[in-house]
Amino acid sequence: MSATPLLDIAGLTASVDEKTILQGIDLAVGAGETHVLMGPNGAGKSTMGHVIMGDPVYTVNEGTITFDGADITDLSPDKRSRAGLFLSFQAPVEIPGVPLSSFLRATVAGRPGLEMKGKEFRRRVKELAAELDMDTAYLNRELGVGFSGGEKKKVEMLQLLLLQPKLAILDETDSGLDVDALGVVSRGMDAYRKSTDGSLVIITHNTRILEHLDVDRVHVMVGGRIVREDDASLIPWIDANGFDSFEREAAAQLAAEREAKPAVAVDPVRAASMNLGAGMVQSLRATLDANGAACGSASTGTAQ
Amino acid sequence: MAKNRTEVADIDRSLYDFSYGEEGFERLDAGLTPDIVREISERKDEPAWMLERRLKSLEIYHNMPNPTWGPGIEGLDMDHIVTYVKPNTDQKNDWESVPDDIKDTFERLGIPEAERSYLAGVGAQYDSELVYHNMQDTAAKMGIVYSGIEEALQVPEWEAIIREKFMTLIPPTDHKFAALHGAVWSGGSFVYVPKGVKLDFPLQSYFRLNAKGAGQFEHTLIVVEDDADLHFIEGCSAPKYNVANLHAGAVELFVGKRAHLRYSTIENWSKNMYNLNTKRARCEEEGEIEWISGSFGSHVGYLYPMSVLAGRKSRSSFTGITFAGCGQNLDTGCKVVLGAPDTTATVETKSISKGGGISTFRSSIVATPAAEGAAASVSCQSLMLDDISRSDTIPAMDIRAKNVDIGHEATIGRIGDDKVFYLMSRGISEEEARTMIVNGFANPVSKELPLEYAVEMNNLIKLEMEGAIG
Repeated sequence: MSATPLLDIAGLTASVDEKTILQGIDLAVGAGETHVLMGPNGAGKSTMGHVIMGDPVYTVNEGTITFDGADITDLSPDKRSRAGLFLSFQAPVEIPGVPLSSFLRATVAGRPGLEMKGKEFRRRVKELAAELDMDTAYLNRELGVGFSGGEKKKVEMLQLLLLQPKLAILDETDSGLDVDALGVVSRGMDAYRKSTDGSLVIITHNTRILEHLDVDRVHVMVGGRIVREDDASLIPWIDANGFDSFEREAAAQLAAEREAKPAVAVDPVRAASMNLGAGMVQSLRATLDANGAACGSASTGTAQ
Repeated sequence: MAKNRTEVADIDRSLYDFSYGEEGFERLDAGLTPDIVREISERKDEPAWMLERRLKSLEIYHNMPNPTWGPGIEGLDMDHIVTYVKPNTDQKNDWESVPDDIKDTFERLGIPEAERSYLAGVGAQYDSELVYHNMQDTAAKMGIVYSGIEEALQVPEWEAIIREKFMTLIPPTDHKFAALHGAVWSGGSFVYVPKGVKLDFPLQSYFRLNAKGAGQFEHTLIVVEDDADLHFIEGCSAPKYNVANLHAGAVELFVGKRAHLRYSTIENWSKNMYNLNTKRARCEEEGEIEWISGSFGSHVGYLYPMSVLAGRKSRSSFTGITFAGCGQNLDTGCKVVLGAPDTTATVETKSISKGGGISTFRSSIVATPAAEGAAASVSCQSLMLDDISRSDTIPAMDIRAKNVDIGHEATIGRIGDDKVFYLMSRGISEEEARTMIVNGFANPVSKELPLEYAVEMNNLIKLEMEGAIG
């Protein structure tokens, strides 16, 4: 790794709704390197991607994120993007009424070296679409609306190639990714590595996506911490053994830490809510969200 | 506090927010008396029957209460609304002859340019009178009449049609401001499309209210005969003054058998305007009316274009958007009377509220006993941009026929934070991201508009969204 890494995360602790998700993360990615972030469900991998990109849903409680020599911890996501960061979403959003082509145009507007005249821009987008085997008819469709999983991935990869970031985080944690979508992501990564010397951070628990990549470093995350770092040889090992041993180690370590500290008084409400099954909490949450969407919970809306 | 906010919200309206002096203009005294009505009529040199109708309307006006079911109109003091302001020019048919400041006003609004590029005819009204009217020769050769309604009253052939139809769809007894309109109406357009004539390019009227504390009461009367086809565009704007202005126009549309009329409006009155406008269409057998309506301006708005589907298998579609910002209370929607068998209607509206603005969607679908086999669907989507705004949906259905299919759906939502984050993660600023989402929300309406108007609407949304983020 070069002397000053491109992305340098130091002591990063982040939370959502007062629940701490990332607990003291240290991570460094050098220019041109490919890193893989792995771990079981709920380890905090996607949160990592979102926090690095500046998702306002999360609060950074401690630590710093340095990118390309500048502290970006408090920067808004658009400025991070313009500084050369990119996050490919696991589940890209839908924006009704906004044609994909207009959106793409807005993403390059005002970027030195990337802003193009209309004709040149259309040609460039067509080239990239061909590279990803993407139907150019998509360009006139509304962003994400009615797109299949594979189509959404193509749009993400198209942006990766169009924006040519210095560092791209690909959040591919969705294990439901079908073969087509996998192929799209692989092709996108190949093209990105070929056309730039950019860095990659791939978040996944599907090792098939990594088959043709030269991976420099693998980080294993469990319970919001990085519990293991190694070279690419760790990938086949995880393939064979899964994350069980990491999870057991992490649990043991946590227990040891707890024993070392004096016991904390238990808040009965908190304890009761923790007893709710995860599925139940989720369905409760979904109900709340649905209500919020239907009648604008906090404000005075009525729909009949 | 409220006043301060209004000023902030209006800072960027410079495109519309300019005005010229009134040197050489005549103004009638404020307040409403039979003498004022007689004077208006006399100056217009109109037929005696029209004066009679005006006086009768005035009587009805004085005997009718203000509406109490909608947004408050206490700020409107009729004694101080000047009903008639005549610009210092007579009607012209080339822009060169229109006085410079008035011409400049319309130039800045892009009207002459639009006329050159895609319109078949243009009428431009400044305060109470039409100052410009012109139509391409081709349209005239097809037998289409497009003129000022007062001008048309001087032609016996058109006078007969106007006399037969004028304020029959919107009788003065309909509501207080219909009565007011009947008493003091001034300016507006008359359009007649003969049987079977189809016009490929739209006709447009633009209404500009420049005078301070004045009212605009234009009357639009359009007759599309059997098997004919017309697209009519109406645009409105006014500069901002500190005193209330009033717009109480009337639009009456008569759509013949198998005829088609599309009526598009972008209304961007300034935010001291009380827009109490009434629009109504009547369709004969298999006739079709399409309303496209964008409401952006006004302090208070009451606007519910109405379709009376009188003929079998006649159709109505309404596509509308309302944007209520700070200090605005816009009560908009649509009414449809399914008055014959197999009539169909669709109503699709979008409303956006922000900065404490109030947007109310009100619809009324009436199926008369004759409406067997009729169908109507009403859909209203609302977007609230903050916690202090308000959005309500009040749909009414009155069904008195058998075998009808009527549906209604309404949703109220907000801009998803996940969508804003996604766009921002691609280098788009927060303000731009929110504007993009709102424009997308409005897209089903803007795509129905001619390109120039779609661009104008997107710009209006952009103006409204500027500074929306703290």
